[in-house]
Amino acid sequence: MTADVVATRRAAPRNGARRLLSRHWYAWAMTAPVVIVTLVLVGYPLARGVYLSLTDATEATMGRTIGMNVIPSTYEFVGLRNYTAILTSAEFLGRLGWTIVWTVVCVALHVGIGLGLALLLNRPLRLRSLYRMLLVLPWAVPAFVSAFIWRYLLNGEFGVINAMLRAAGFAGVAWLDDPFWAKVSVIACNVWLGVPFMMLALLGGLQSIPRELYEAAEVDGASPWQRFRHITLPSLRPVSSTVVLLGTIWTFNQFPVIFLLTKGGPGGSTEILVTYAYRQAFEGIRNYSGSAAWGLVILALLVVLATVYKRALRRQGEAW
Amino acid sequence: MVSPAAPAPATGTAPAPAPAPAGTWSRERRTPVRSVALHLTLIAASIVSVFPVAWLVLTSLKPRTVIETASVAPVDHPTLANYAQVLGETRFLTWAANSVIVSLITAVLGVLLSATTGYAVSRFRFPGFRSVMWMLLITQMFPVAILIVPIYNLMAGLGLINQFPSLVVAYLTSTVPFCAWMMKGYFDTVPVSIDEAGRVDGLTPFGTFWRLILPLAKPGLAVAAFYSFLTAWAEVAYATAFMTGDDKYTLAVGLSQFVGQHKAEWGLLTAASVLIAIPAAAVFLLVQRHLVTGLTAGATKA
Repeated sequence: MTADVVATRRAAPRNGARRLLSRHWYAWAMTAPVVIVTLVLVGYPLARGVYLSLTDATEATMGRTIGMNVIPSTYEFVGLRNYTAILTSAEFLGRLGWTIVWTVVCVALHVGIGLGLALLLNRPLRLRSLYRMLLVLPWAVPAFVSAFIWRYLLNGEFGVINAMLRAAGFAGVAWLDDPFWAKVSVIACNVWLGVPFMMLALLGGLQSIPRELYEAAEVDGASPWQRFRHITLPSLRPVSSTVVLLGTIWTFNQFPVIFLLTKGGPGGSTEILVTYAYRQAFEGIRNYSGSAAWGLVILALLVVLATVYKRALRRQGEAW
Repeated sequence: MVSPAAPAPATGTAPAPAPAPAGTWSRERRTPVRSVALHLTLIAASIVSVFPVAWLVLTSLKPRTVIETASVAPVDHPTLANYAQVLGETRFLTWAANSVIVSLITAVLGVLLSATTGYAVSRFRFPGFRSVMWMLLITQMFPVAILIVPIYNLMAGLGLINQFPSLVVAYLTSTVPFCAWMMKGYFDTVPVSIDEAGRVDGLTPFGTFWRLILPLAKPGLAVAAFYSFLTAWAEVAYATAFMTGDDKYTLAVGLSQFVGQHKAEWGLLTAASVLIAIPAAAVFLLVQRHLVTGLTAGATKA
């Protein structure tokens, strides 16, 4: 009797596992390639990065092979020292502050301008597809090419923007050599790059809003502003929430614009967290451990951001 | 019905009779003043959007002596000398070939590896589903700064620095999750009834995927491949760190050689930029409609 109970009890979970397996094995098999690739290509380097960030590895202490000579690694485990050094440094707060300003200003302008243009393009209009094509152009040009274009346009001596200012009787501006104007310049370049994507995504969202909603609202006497506020904005939310999250992540990690336009200068004034970590790793004496710790701090910030954001969305009854 | 892809059947085909009532709430009622204001705004925005590219093309046609003066003349002694020099005296063509090779391999591998996953997370709810979705989302957020050092050290250990495979591996870390994410969005737009029909006819889930869904999803695969291609094509950080010999540079690295610390060959830079941007922009404009759809669809449908 008791033996029976034990037997069925033991069998139950095994049966459950087998049933799970028979029901879901194909789903698992289908996701296996990505899971394996991610574990090998992302998980392993990530684990190694975590380990490096707990050591004092630099170019000088990292093992390497020069010709026939194998030089062993001499770096040591230092615990959380890299992290405490970063979190207590003025550099970190300064870079974090500017990265937040950069991200917020860029994404706000992307969404604001993109939504404005999408609303204009969503009307019946002559030449609409021509406008649309012209407005998408900045996205069509590879970002590294655009960064170089802007570097030329903003050149203090012979850039066309200063030339036009001078022709109009103003003094030229040292766009890329003055800390304040350099920040304005990188933001301008990134806004120029990023608006087309927002515009197209939001335009797609606008076009999916049923006309009947607007007609009904109009019958009820709603003003254009009320229609925008109570129909357009809520209907756009599924699209806008996604693109805002994507845009925030992209801008936060925007490497080419800063790196190619100002190299983080002048004097580090336009350096965001990502470019700073990169330069630690690949310029001067390569500080591998410090850079790995910076990378993990940045990742932690992004994960927190995405979690908060997703939770806010779920509270509104969306997403997974 | 929230993704830009989905509405096509819902509203895109239905409105055929709709325009008549729809017209009443915009064009007919718009006063001439508002109409002019609308067009002026769009023209101003278009100028801002096109001007940098147009100026690039114009500048590339100027001789060096004119480029390095603050001239605002759009055309000044037009010449093709910069193009001749880029194609004849620099390694531009080598770099272009390198970029194409690396990007193509990345795109093909990315799509091959991620297609079935995109399908699985689109169709099935299985234990681990949410973990996979989170993994796909979070790996896309990885800043370059976090993986670049470990991957660099690993590749150095394998002797692959300054070799194409190191770049391909680095790019796959972002394109594989990204392709899976995008393709989920595409598979979501393929009606589930097709799967059910296949199942009724006795196909296994793999058979359904391979024989029914995959042929329908070819446009989606193409878009995911194209997007991976673009990602690899325009990547700067890994390419700058990994490629050390100028015969292995990709375009993004090669171009920055023209405007280095000590010299700035703006003529070469602008001509090379035009040669890169024109074909890229042409292809891009052809497929951009699908790109936006793919990017936003994945996240908006549960």
